[in-house]
Amino acid sequence: MAIADLNIYNLVHLQPIPPDWPGGFWWHWLFFTVVIIGFVLTMVMGVIYIERRGMGRMQSRLGPNRTGPFGLLQPVADAVKVLLKENIVPDAADKLVHWLAPVIAFAPALMIFTVIPFQNGALLADLNIGILYIVAISSVSTVGIFMAGWGSSNKYSLLGAMRNVAAIVSYEIPLVLAIVGVVLIAGSLSLNQIVVAQGIPFILLQPLGFLLFFAAGCAEINRSPFDLMEADSEIVAGFHTEYSGMKFAMFYLVEYAEAVAISAIIATLFLGGWRGPLLPPWLWFVIKVIIVFFVMVWTRTTLPRLRIDQLMAFAWKFLFPMSLLNLFITALQVLAGWPTELWWLMVMVNIAITATMVLIWSKFFFKLGRGRIEV
Amino acid sequence: MAVRTEPFVLNMGPVHPSTHGVFRMRATLDGEVVVDIEPVFGYLHRGIEKLAEQRTYSGFIPLTDRLDYISSMNNNFAYCLSVEKLAGIKVPERAEYIRVIMSELQRIAAFLIAVGAFLNDCGAYFTPFLYMFRERERIVDLFEMVSGQRLTYNYMRVGGVSQDLPEEFMPALRKFMDLMPRFMDEYDRLLMQNEILIARAKGVGILTKEQAINCSASGPVLRASGVKWDIRKADPYSIYDRFDFDVPTQETGDCYDRYRQRVEEMRQSLRIIRQAMDQIPSGPTRAEVPHLIRPPAGEAYARIEAPKGELGFYLVSDNSIAPYRCHIRPPSLLNLTALRDMTRGWKVADLIIIFGSIDITVGEIDR
Repeated sequence: MAIADLNIYNLVHLQPIPPDWPGGFWWHWLFFTVVIIGFVLTMVMGVIYIERRGMGRMQSRLGPNRTGPFGLLQPVADAVKVLLKENIVPDAADKLVHWLAPVIAFAPALMIFTVIPFQNGALLADLNIGILYIVAISSVSTVGIFMAGWGSSNKYSLLGAMRNVAAIVSYEIPLVLAIVGVVLIAGSLSLNQIVVAQGIPFILLQPLGFLLFFAAGCAEINRSPFDLMEADSEIVAGFHTEYSGMKFAMFYLVEYAEAVAISAIIATLFLGGWRGPLLPPWLWFVIKVIIVFFVMVWTRTTLPRLRIDQLMAFAWKFLFPMSLLNLFITALQVLAGWPTELWWLMVMVNIAITATMVLIWSKFFFKLGRGRIEV
Repeated sequence: MAVRTEPFVLNMGPVHPSTHGVFRMRATLDGEVVVDIEPVFGYLHRGIEKLAEQRTYSGFIPLTDRLDYISSMNNNFAYCLSVEKLAGIKVPERAEYIRVIMSELQRIAAFLIAVGAFLNDCGAYFTPFLYMFRERERIVDLFEMVSGQRLTYNYMRVGGVSQDLPEEFMPALRKFMDLMPRFMDEYDRLLMQNEILIARAKGVGILTKEQAINCSASGPVLRASGVKWDIRKADPYSIYDRFDFDVPTQETGDCYDRYRQRVEEMRQSLRIIRQAMDQIPSGPTRAEVPHLIRPPAGEAYARIEAPKGELGFYLVSDNSIAPYRCHIRPPSLLNLTALRDMTRGWKVADLIIIFGSIDITVGEIDR
């Protein structure tokens, strides 16, 4: 693994934390369960704050800035508000499905963090199939969303749910293929090993993979410009139109927990995870997660939404071939055993390929898929 | 084996984020595809035309503000023109210029909302909408200077305008005129070349030249389909024949063209305002008009090029102090008649943006 042996930016040499840290299976389990729940909830509040203030700034308005210093207590106020709201269930709804949906959607968002390393070795379970686990578990939230859409007995919700299933099934493929590029270079499926292998952040070695993963990831978690399941201007609120009170809050939480999860995966796979000079590793991890999330906020405020057929076309005609190409190129480079001293050449070659392919393909892509369906 | 699908009816509105007011569409869908739509009006009906018959000629002006409530100045303008035509009243020069300036500013303000709301319908999460509101605020500030109001201005009067421009108006207007072209360039950079916007709007919801003419469409909707028809040029009213401006037209009549049409018309409006600012004379701003106008028996129809198209007021007088009959020709209603043809076969998402690109105000449809 010639390329993976590189180490150019890690000034602080970190001893890996022993796998059973902080001692004993049950202590380890309990400690990280608390850490993960605390981390997810804190980050969700943090990213909600970042999103609201950031969007306020980008849209030249103030954003919530009244509750607490700099509006910092706004997420708390939001939480209190939704907790106190009335829980309304439509008469015609399938009560059990309607009730279960937010729970089923929420669990996977939390479970993803089981294999995300906060520091070298600091993770709940260092699975040797970590990334495979993430791919598998993240798809489960689709079931929750579809249940919400189906169980609400509302046509907007149903449309949103159908869109969701269509989109997730399509975007799963480029998402996984984009990951495989990273796995090829790192030579491991364990997320901790992938971070350890990142002498230079893989975003440099895998720029195309990063872009594909970012786009597919945004689509998976229902972020703009792929937020078709929600599509406020078309189908009101999509799958959660009929949700109120605490159950709505759960969906809200899922949305942001998933955004944090995707940001964390991107940070781990492409941005060097917890690695970085001077600052403590966990802080580097948090900083990277926030940076990725900020880019999502930025795209959300800037871009209009795609149409469902364009969304599908984007997955199948753009992301899918590109991810295959990325996989092919990466495999060739790894097979050829690219020498460590020429890593900068590989970076330049891959960035050049990415830029050319994206430009050519996007010109080609936008010519496709414009047509009226005759009825 | 072909999978059999079943169309279902989706009720959009009267309360829906994108129906621009209390407008309702009963859409028959086959999955995401629009098979048919049926527009349903009447949720905002207030009987404004009937109310006109119970008020004096001047007393009706405040109610015209409530028709197309985002272009109140134009409504005032059209109504005052029709009363003046009916009663044969001559408006002083300065008032004519003020009316033109207000009318064109209002056009820009209305188009800002139209374009912003259209982009919102495309799913651009409020950013363009709020940017356009930022500029609209400047125009509303100008209107507040002259009329004291920020939405329903009630500024124009039969025979002129309610009061002369305050001293600080012209400098403020000049400042706005300097800033606006820069904002327009900003919109172009942000949106006109945006790939997603082009993919969403180009070729979508085409209204052909013939269809547009057949359904009596007017304004930007008609001109985007390639018909060079602008009442300011075709049948000049007020002092529009003194200004040098172009009537831009587009070719295909799709959503993108309607959007671009509005942007280009904003630039033309800026040209008109600039000329009016240079030429504006001093003098009285209101003709000597009796408090209770009693026009001779007869009828009059005056029309203007409102932001949404031809806005006309048809008045019948029986020589009393109130109109015997008042009929309003609203552009939104007639533009909307093309909706069904434009949306069939497109997707739900397209239905929303096609509807948004027509730019209606329900207050005007449900008089």
